[in-house]
Amino acid sequence: MSKEMTGASALVKSLELAGVEVMFGIPGGAVLPAYDPIFDSKIRHILVRHEQGAGHAATGYAQVTGKPGVCIVTSGPGATNLVTPLADAAMDSVPLVVITGQVPSAAIGTDAFQEADIRSITMPVTKHNYLVTDPDDIPRAIAEAFYIANTGRPGPVLVDIAKDALQKMTHFNYPKNIEFAGYKPQIKPNDQSIRDAAALIAQSSKPVFYVGGGVIKANASKELLKLAELVGAPVVTTLMARGAFPDSHNLHLGMPGMHGTVAAVTALQKSDLLITLGARFDDRVTGKLSSFAVNAKVIHADIDPAEIGKNRFADVPVVGDLAHTIAALIPALQEEFKKSRPDLTAWLRQMFSLRTTYPLGYNQPEDGSVSPQYVIERIGAIGGPNSIYVAGVGQHQMWASQFVKYENPRTWLNSGGLGTMGYAVPAAMGAKVGAPDTTVWAIDGDGCFQMTNQELVTCALNNIPIKVAIINNESLGMVRQWQTMFYEGRYSNTSLDSKRIPDFVKLADAMGCVGLRCERTEDVDSVINEAMSINDQPVVVDFRVFRDAMVWPMVAAGTSNDEIMIARGLAPDWDSQEL
Amino acid sequence: MSQHTLAVLVENSSGVLARVASLFSRRAYNIDSLAVGPTEDPNISRMTIVINVEGHALEQVMSQLYKLINVIAISEMQTNSAVHRELLLVKVSQDHREKVMEIVERYAAKIVDEAESSITIEASGESAHIAGLLEALTPMGIKELVQSGLIALERGDAALSDRTLSAQGISTTHSLIPQADYQN
Ligand SMILES: Cc1ncc(C[n+]2csc(CCOP(=O)(O)OP(=O)(O)O)c2C)c(N)n1
Repeated sequence: MSKEMTGASALVKSLELAGVEVMFGIPGGAVLPAYDPIFDSKIRHILVRHEQGAGHAATGYAQVTGKPGVCIVTSGPGATNLVTPLADAAMDSVPLVVITGQVPSAAIGTDAFQEADIRSITMPVTKHNYLVTDPDDIPRAIAEAFYIANTGRPGPVLVDIAKDALQKMTHFNYPKNIEFAGYKPQIKPNDQSIRDAAALIAQSSKPVFYVGGGVIKANASKELLKLAELVGAPVVTTLMARGAFPDSHNLHLGMPGMHGTVAAVTALQKSDLLITLGARFDDRVTGKLSSFAVNAKVIHADIDPAEIGKNRFADVPVVGDLAHTIAALIPALQEEFKKSRPDLTAWLRQMFSLRTTYPLGYNQPEDGSVSPQYVIERIGAIGGPNSIYVAGVGQHQMWASQFVKYENPRTWLNSGGLGTMGYAVPAAMGAKVGAPDTTVWAIDGDGCFQMTNQELVTCALNNIPIKVAIINNESLGMVRQWQTMFYEGRYSNTSLDSKRIPDFVKLADAMGCVGLRCERTEDVDSVINEAMSINDQPVVVDFRVFRDAMVWPMVAAGTSNDEIMIARGLAPDWDSQEL
Repeated sequence: MSQHTLAVLVENSSGVLARVASLFSRRAYNIDSLAVGPTEDPNISRMTIVINVEGHALEQVMSQLYKLINVIAISEMQTNSAVHRELLLVKVSQDHREKVMEIVERYAAKIVDEAESSITIEASGESAHIAGLLEALTPMGIKELVQSGLIALERGDAALSDRTLSAQGISTTHSLIPQADYQN
């Protein structure tokens, strides 16, 4: 006979059985019954300062560990505060399980105090969600939620539980198996599609590996390295895939897209075959779709069949888990290469020449102020490839993807799909919880930082010593850059005055962190080293940088990748390149 | 743009209609009609969705629908290989009684109610048939009408439910390896 317990105890027991080690949350009326058994559970609960922080922390944890991140919050405002992190996780395919309390089942639909129909609200931003009103259903809902979140294309799952279901008694019964009538992700790719893909690769003279975040999700970096070396084709890694392939590798051309390298953008444009692995032809990568890689055939490998053909026709679709897909491609290609093998020398020479002619770079500010790119480059150099870097959204995010050199998967975290300002501090907190022995640097903007910095209190109180670099250009820099370029320098509402208010050093201090400031180029290294030496407290560094630095290269939104600019009004000198 | 009819088997769980509607609205797909009802299996409902899309997008709609966890099977109902039906109830005035009766007969429709100044007619058939009937009745003075969404069923022995995973004997059971002890 199974044991009798409250629905709340059944919930906590189910979370334990699902393997949860840590969860982020804030209690409140509707979810309060669950907090009583949480008090006795071996699961570590981290009390955050805002539910949005709980959501991004769970994402940071998941992105670093590969395990689902878990949050628990109350009904109404607690739940609605999680909408942004859920949308963020849905866009970036992050496995989350989110528990929300709900008003008692009899009160549902009456506009009861703190009632919000969070299931309906989150339908478009979750992979799946549940409303549980019967305590007997709790274990199964939790077991299914974890299964759905972290199989197939990962994503967030929300379980909304009515307060009375938490309070009532139930016979605890954790399912041994779960059954779905319609959910069955395809793991192993179809043999024929693998053979077709291999045949296409063996005929191509200008192939490129277009690598997306799916490679990291599938833990397929090692296989990718083998495949890339076998084919000997150039590799580009998208914003979500930085770290999936070593930046130091000779075949790597860097990041494609709106702020990608000339070599990576051009490689896609001029290619005759895009070997697309876990990427989704996002508009920030393709630019104007109708002029994207017009001469290329497409192999599109993804675990989500709905991605295939969504934005770009795929000549060879390959549905399956990328670790399996890539592993299957290797022997298939070895067979093909016995028959014929194209000569990629000319193609590689052209791409390497572009990489040498147009490396990522920046000018030192003429007014003697500190260059933001320099600061970020130095953080990457001193932190090294074994640290984890977490960015906010804006110019600093693009620079962090450009000027930090990534060698390993799961060392670069950012909000790629939704572009959520405020992501960095809480996501870094979650990352540090998931990888406590690793240095975690949040590289944040002064704008982003002011959205979610209160989680530094959580970090200080819970021994989560992250490091935060505020790239303080006293403005909403990325928006200002667009105003410079497209609105004649009319800076409507993008000045933050954050070299005046707030005082980030005092703010850090008030939140129980060490606050440092750096205002001179010659101090950058020593301040970073000082931050690196503090490991028992969170550190916040206010790097006061040049206000008008811009992110280059740039493909303006809605234009063709062919119109890439390397500086204001300056296109690469195509005539001097043999393409 | 072209019209397609999709038959969709869904788990009969709460919120499933909202999920489908939310998906169509979010992805900006145009629904022409949607009909939902029970099936031979009490755990499964069947939706018939008529949508207007361009050729290539149909596959996209089907894959996006299939991503919904509660969706079990989807099939396009082709004009030739499936029976398509719509149901119409229409109230017309008594003013042209004789002409109305003649139309009713010509379209194999039925009178289901008669009142002092109106007649209620029921008809079922393919969309073109219903549209023809309505066109003929319009000059007679239509007071009110209601139409069901289109429903469709494949001709022959085939059944969509044969194509569900469990019917094919494909295991949909996923065993859970719990990290700790069971049930205590
Ligand atoms: C929540 C949210 N609101 C608004 C935006 C639009 N936006 C994109 S970048 C940006 C500026 C970010 O400023 P800051 O954090 O200072 O970074 P910087 O660009 O200066 O490096 C804004 C407002 C956004 N991405 N997210």
